[in-house]
Amino acid sequence: MNAFATVAELRAALAERRVSAVELARACLDRIARQSHLNAFVSTCPERALERAQAADLCIAQHGQTGLVGIPFAHKDIFCVQGLRTTCASRMLADFVAPYDATVATRMDAAGAVLVGKANMDEFAMGSSSESGHFGAVRNPWDTGRVAGGSSGGSAAAVAAGLVPASTGTDTGGSIRQPAAFCGISGLKPTYGRVSRYGMIAFASSLDQGGPMARTAEDLRLLLAGMEGSDPRDSTSADVPATAAEADARPLRIGLPDEYWSALDADMGEALDAARGVVERLGHGLVSISLPHTRAAVAAYYVVSSAEASTNLSRYDGVRYGHRADAPKDLDDLYRRSRSEGFGDEVKRRILTGAYTLSVGYYDAYYQKAQRVRRLIRRDFLTAFASVDAILAPVTPTPAFELDAMQADPTDMYRQDVFTVPASLAGLPALSVPCGRIGGLPVGMQLIGPHFAEDRLLALGEAWQRETDWHTLRPPESSRGAEVAR
Amino acid sequence: MDSETVDKLMRLSALDLDEEARVRLGLDLDRIVALIDEMQSVDTEGVLPLAHPLDAVQPLRPDRANAAVDRATLQHGAPATRDGLYLVPRVVE
Repeated sequence: MNAFATVAELRAALAERRVSAVELARACLDRIARQSHLNAFVSTCPERALERAQAADLCIAQHGQTGLVGIPFAHKDIFCVQGLRTTCASRMLADFVAPYDATVATRMDAAGAVLVGKANMDEFAMGSSSESGHFGAVRNPWDTGRVAGGSSGGSAAAVAAGLVPASTGTDTGGSIRQPAAFCGISGLKPTYGRVSRYGMIAFASSLDQGGPMARTAEDLRLLLAGMEGSDPRDSTSADVPATAAEADARPLRIGLPDEYWSALDADMGEALDAARGVVERLGHGLVSISLPHTRAAVAAYYVVSSAEASTNLSRYDGVRYGHRADAPKDLDDLYRRSRSEGFGDEVKRRILTGAYTLSVGYYDAYYQKAQRVRRLIRRDFLTAFASVDAILAPVTPTPAFELDAMQADPTDMYRQDVFTVPASLAGLPALSVPCGRIGGLPVGMQLIGPHFAEDRLLALGEAWQRETDWHTLRPPESSRGAEVAR
Repeated sequence: MDSETVDKLMRLSALDLDEEARVRLGLDLDRIVALIDEMQSVDTEGVLPLAHPLDAVQPLRPDRANAAVDRATLQHGAPATRDGLYLVPRVVE
């Protein structure tokens, strides 16, 4: 079976018995082992995968292929899977074995999907390059000297390199969309509340949202059906109708935000202009819009997300789970050394930033101010959606950058999130699909919709991918890292 | 950022940093504060803070006992336990 087959193609092949779930799982595990130089995985679970794949084959023999039965996939290593190591790419959780399943894990199991491994990422999902994790940097299959994006970089690289046809990711400020764009695949950040956060290790609770990553928008629709739904265990999950199984392809009014388009350099502008032309040819009307508070979004995002991170990560104390320092002399020493040894630099930066913005004397000036700016950003979008059905925007300012290129000043990396954090602050769904190449590297475009309009975004993505072939291009067989690895 | 502020943040965050890390992270924090200060020019007079992106209030679930993960399973991965209790260094002399 072609390593780059889509989920939809694999469903057909399984239904017609041209391939078995066991063969698919074995092939994925084999490719993951052969392409270990990408560092896309923290761990694999061959025994569990083959056992589930056998059950899937039995199910297909009895009932035919339905849902995601027999489809191999990877979870970002932020989703708890009972009995498997769940590390969040942190030394803090390097040996943590989850005692329960995330709701997303339960649902993907129930849909019949076959988990083959846990994908590498930025530590605690804090980063835009997947370089900050305890298990080393993920490499981009298009050029292994470059980053895969982050924080769901392992999930993106694994799909791009044909290691798995699909993966889960999480997106707090762009962590599904940006690595999808850097690796030339499709990714959907659903509306905040569409997918349960239960058992998804928390970074910033008012922003975190799980979602699917795959080759096509059609596959994202299939995967979202296996992940979404309200959950009594997550009080922020939304009780809304499921995303429709069929695309609605009526002509739309699509807004082009001036603040995004005017910030593009020549190469990215050219790629996005070409994309805009295709969207127009699909019969949609394009109009210029303004999202006037865009410029303050990165600042507001880093205040809100760091404040929530510092609070969420206070649970790592060396007592109940996670890393514990040796021979602590007292309780304070246990807390301090366990945390200092367990967390990497980027996580420490976020915790300290959060502590600063929440501390007495700064709370109003930073945390509350950011929350007010957040309301203005949300209002900008709601005003825009009164006159347009969706928004077309870039995902990133540039294609994937080189490894270590953004390490000198952390704010260089933070500014990379300029086009993704506004939709996150507003809790909106946003789709990233490949739309061109710059210097041989993939770039993506972003479609942002009103709350719970995933249907519309996926329909647009599906129509776009019937008209273009960017999503069918494959990374070169050999790249620098692969040669080194051999 | 002066060392007194960095020390205070470390205390609030229960983190220890050696001198080299303290200097490095202090410089990083200066850059981060400069970045987040970019939002200060936005006029937010009369704008209410937004905590939930859908501006929703979280519902309360019924106050009933329900099935949860049992203690032995939860404590299986704990660094130090005895008789179902978590062990910490002595806090009362």
